[in-house]
Amino acid sequence: MAIESDVLVVGGGLAGVTSAIAAAREGADVRLLAHKKSTLRQASGLIDGLGYVPPRTPQQEHADYISQQRQDFRDVRGERGDYRGPLQTPYEGIDALPDAHPYSILGADALRDGLALFDDLVGDTYLGSHTERNALVPTFGGAVKPTARYPRAVAAGLASDERPMLLVGFRSLTEFDAGMVADQLSAAGVLFDVRGVEVPFAESFPTDTKITRFVKAFDHDERIEGTPARRALAEAVEAYVDDAERVGFPAVLGDDNAAAVRADLGDCLGADVFEIPMGPPSIPGLRLEDRLFEALDAEGVRLETGVPAVGYESAGGTVESVIVDRMGSDVPYAADAVVLATGGLVGKGLDSDRDGIREPVFGCHVPHPEDRYDWFVDDAFGDQPYARFGVRPDASMRPLDADGEPAFANLFAAGAVVGGADAAREKSASGVSLATGVVAGRNAAIASRERTERAGASP
Amino acid sequence: MAPTVVVIGGGATGTGTARDLAMRGFDVTLLERGNLTHGTTGRTHGHLHSGGRYAVSDQESAVDCIEENRILRDIAPHCIEDTGGLFVQLEGDSDEYFREKLDGCAECGIPTDVISGEEARRQEPYLTEKTKRAIRVPDGALDPFRLAVANAADAIEHGARVETHAEVVDLLTDESDVTGVRFRRQGPNYLGEGSEGDVETIEADHVVSAAGAWAGQVAAMADVDVAMAISKGAMVVTNVRQIDTVINRCLPKDEGDTIIPHETTVLLGANDEPVDDPDDYPEEQWEVDMMIDVASEMVPIVENARMIRAYWGVRPLYDPNPGETEDTGDVTRNYFILDHEERDGVAGFTSVVGGKLTTYREMAESVTDHVCDRFGVDEPCRTHEEPLPGSRDQSILEEYMDRFDLRSPVAKRSVQRLGDRAPEVLGSEDPNPVVCECEAVTRAEVRDAIEDVGPDLNAVRLRTRASMGNCQGGFCTHRLGAEVYHDHEASTARDAVDELYQERWKGQRHTLWGRQLSQAMLNHMLHATTMNHDADPGLRGDTVDFAAFDAGRKTDAATDGGSTNGD
Ligand SMILES: Cc1cc2nc3c(=O)[nH]c(=O)nc-3n(C[C@H](O)[C@H](O)[C@H](O)COP(=O)(O)OP(=O)(O)OC[C@H]3O[C@@H](n4cnc5c(N)ncnc54)[C@H](O)[C@@H]3O)c2cc1C
Ligand SMILES: Cc1cc2nc3c(=O)[nH]c(=O)nc-3n(C[C@H](O)[C@H](O)[C@H](O)COP(=O)(O)OP(=O)(O)OC[C@H]3O[C@@H](n4cnc5c(N)ncnc54)[C@H](O)[C@@H]3O)c2cc1C
Repeated sequence: MAIESDVLVVGGGLAGVTSAIAAAREGADVRLLAHKKSTLRQASGLIDGLGYVPPRTPQQEHADYISQQRQDFRDVRGERGDYRGPLQTPYEGIDALPDAHPYSILGADALRDGLALFDDLVGDTYLGSHTERNALVPTFGGAVKPTARYPRAVAAGLASDERPMLLVGFRSLTEFDAGMVADQLSAAGVLFDVRGVEVPFAESFPTDTKITRFVKAFDHDERIEGTPARRALAEAVEAYVDDAERVGFPAVLGDDNAAAVRADLGDCLGADVFEIPMGPPSIPGLRLEDRLFEALDAEGVRLETGVPAVGYESAGGTVESVIVDRMGSDVPYAADAVVLATGGLVGKGLDSDRDGIREPVFGCHVPHPEDRYDWFVDDAFGDQPYARFGVRPDASMRPLDADGEPAFANLFAAGAVVGGADAAREKSASGVSLATGVVAGRNAAIASRERTERAGASP
Repeated sequence: MAPTVVVIGGGATGTGTARDLAMRGFDVTLLERGNLTHGTTGRTHGHLHSGGRYAVSDQESAVDCIEENRILRDIAPHCIEDTGGLFVQLEGDSDEYFREKLDGCAECGIPTDVISGEEARRQEPYLTEKTKRAIRVPDGALDPFRLAVANAADAIEHGARVETHAEVVDLLTDESDVTGVRFRRQGPNYLGEGSEGDVETIEADHVVSAAGAWAGQVAAMADVDVAMAISKGAMVVTNVRQIDTVINRCLPKDEGDTIIPHETTVLLGANDEPVDDPDDYPEEQWEVDMMIDVASEMVPIVENARMIRAYWGVRPLYDPNPGETEDTGDVTRNYFILDHEERDGVAGFTSVVGGKLTTYREMAESVTDHVCDRFGVDEPCRTHEEPLPGSRDQSILEEYMDRFDLRSPVAKRSVQRLGDRAPEVLGSEDPNPVVCECEAVTRAEVRDAIEDVGPDLNAVRLRTRASMGNCQGGFCTHRLGAEVYHDHEASTARDAVDELYQERWKGQRHTLWGRQLSQAMLNHMLHATTMNHDADPGLRGDTVDFAAFDAGRKTDAATDGGSTNGD
């Protein structure tokens, strides 16, 4: 039996889920296909809209001559140029973005719609929708960063809240150093007192213990050397709380029962408890992924994971089906419209070798300099061309070919596979996925409807 | 009173010379403008030569190599991995040269063993099917960082002073004779003494320049002409060990045809191109491509391997007969002691130039013999018998391997890196979590290194290998910063993080495709998006109007925990 759907979404990250649900809400019958886990397991779980307009450096004649001449990192930092921001709202910077940016192509309303859909999907597990303003959230690197939506678990840590703060790290966890983060927050000029302390916790765990092991111990309140994990931690921290009204931990405080873990700790410590998101595996990112997959289910989207799309069949400039590798055999998945949401360089939606950058499923055009030494600049945090690689879309999110024409009438793209944004420096990654996701999903549903109507009209 | 000697250069040759001089009773100060191994020693291929490579073209070097190869196995086992080596002959490669290689090895006393293509492929399954036969030689992999650090440590133990971040800016002269040095601090030394910009002088009875490729510049400070014939070479690092043996191509032209396993990686290299300025020469794309192409002729899967970075070094070659050699590849790998009194009429000054990492000890011995001669010191050299710190007591090492549980790869690697210093470094009862996962480096090792070198994470990296694996520091730079914070201000630690992150980026630029480009993007997202390190208001000195941002909905904070779902 042929596998068919109105809309087929390829990719199971934030952008794929958003476009699938946007399409489903337009009445389409939607199937979503994901090869592997998405980048949500690496992402902080914060939903950035637009936090900065970073400085652009014109693409110079570059890099035929890279040399040993080492520049002092302080000079590199000094020459980075002026960031506009942190932006008080994500919308106030959109006009200043370059023309090729997805926000410039789609307009601010696409971001509003994307965030609204997100708010609806995650319910009260996320905050931030009560205002258009960005929130400043402490990062595990010791900075604050502007973001549009944040998990409830990080809410008590906002930097615009002036209550005194205690940060707590575990001696045996190298990823997060509470003292260093606290000192750096002070250096950033936060208006509250903040102290950091490293406490011994669960030191009977082997030294190469994974973060997920701590999460599990809190989730089930496992006994660690006789004492339940939550109480053990509270006892280690108690003596340091003093006048702090909120206590922050690395984001390992449980998974399914995270709210209860925070509540228990908060009761013991007499303070609000919050988390600071960290690197992979990021627990807030994984929690969000669970949430989104539940939402897919609730919206009637069929989900299939573990299978990669490897190619397509087309006729007359229209994609007829996507070829899926199911345990070694090629199976066509027919659809009226397709959303490409395979991610960027991290998610493997973009592939490269010494000679160039490719979008591997549909072979969509990915503009990039021919010389690979022009893919980067020398400041690691500079205006990196590679960071903006991706397909170039039109205003309905159809990827364009090298001549600027839509590659296919019914193929749409969303998320990090779309180029033009400098998401990392702008702090715009999730916002771009949401904005492009709603537009691509909606338009895919419309395209599917139109095709059905046309097919119905012609005998 | 012991004569005072200043040694310029903290590479293998300089640290080895400082050690030998100190052991023979001199009052030694070593000056290095960067970290130890800042020069070529920190940028070599790390091939412990058997001499096989030079057995046809440069037999004098070949003999030195095999002799030193044997000595280093005795005095520095914790710096060596005994991989063995193969010279492989592929279909179409000259039989005649194969013969010459065998004969040359025999003439130089290099033990060989000829094996069939099948046997070579049994030993190294990724060798190309085109392998006809191979010559087995006692090559190995040499860790230049551990080696130089161990030499410096032992020099200090014998009373030497070692100054890092101390650049010699002038030689003091009386008439034309050298009487000392003037140096400028590029930063505090490893003990935290001094600060950037300080200029100091040291009077010395003798000055030895072991400044490698920079020897010409140092000599010029005393108006002495030392024409170096320096050449660059590129090396490309892959992310896994496709091979466990050093693989050389058995061909006369030998550019980019050696593959060396090092720890968790394999190094491809190196070409040989003359350059003028050891501090400023182009790092070129074709070189990277050539290393990959040449290596994949021998080991085809290298073509599609993940390359994690590329780096370049400059050979400190000296051509005694300039004009006669056409190609830097033909300049002898031999070393020279330039007695500037005899050669140039400038007393009190000697340069040691040329040579190889493998022969550093012999170079040090020769120059020390020469200085002994000058001062009538009659102490025999002992550096060929006295093991280096870390390599003294194999039994301690084995015991520790057991005690730390050999099954744990982390403990195994720490103990290998530390040698017999393991008990001292790893002895504490405090938790010792892994800081760098790619290279299995623990907190104790990192803190031990920081104690030695201060808040300089590049120097910590060289000692511990932290941040040198797949992720190129993406996952550990900030963790290393936190270890710096343990003993220093947050701002110092934060700077150290930026410095290392930028340094790691430099080498990755050359291998930005495929999985390493994905890794670079992941690192970028982690450091710029999640941490906001690019626009960190604390560093940029921005005043943030905190009140203009979302301060949360007060009612929610109060009812937090009431949520029934897990978020
Ligand atoms: C380290 C890190 C930190 C981040 N931090 C933040 C943050 O703080 N704030 C923020 O707003 N955003 C953050 N993000 C960004 C965000 O999580 C997403 O990466 C971004 O929104 C892009 O999502 P996406 O859905 O386009 O792609 P991805 O998440 O990459 O998803 C792509 C999906 O497509 C699948 N796929 C790929 N190829 C195929 C194929 N051929 N067939 C089938 N399936 C395929 C993949 O398996 C995956 O499921 C971060 C990202 C990273 C990597
Ligand atoms: C690409 C390449 C691959 C190689 N591969 C191998 C190999 O596999 N096996 C092998 O045996 N050999 C190899 N070599 C050769 C070997 O690396 C060198 O011969 C050896 O490292 C030289 O050590 P050195 O101490 O003499 O010089 P260096 O290590 O360069 O030391 C000189 C030091 O002097 C310092 N200095 C310079 N000027 C001043 C100043 N004014 N004041 C203070 N300090 C100063 C420099 O910073 C430097 O640290 C290779 C070389 C290259 C370039």
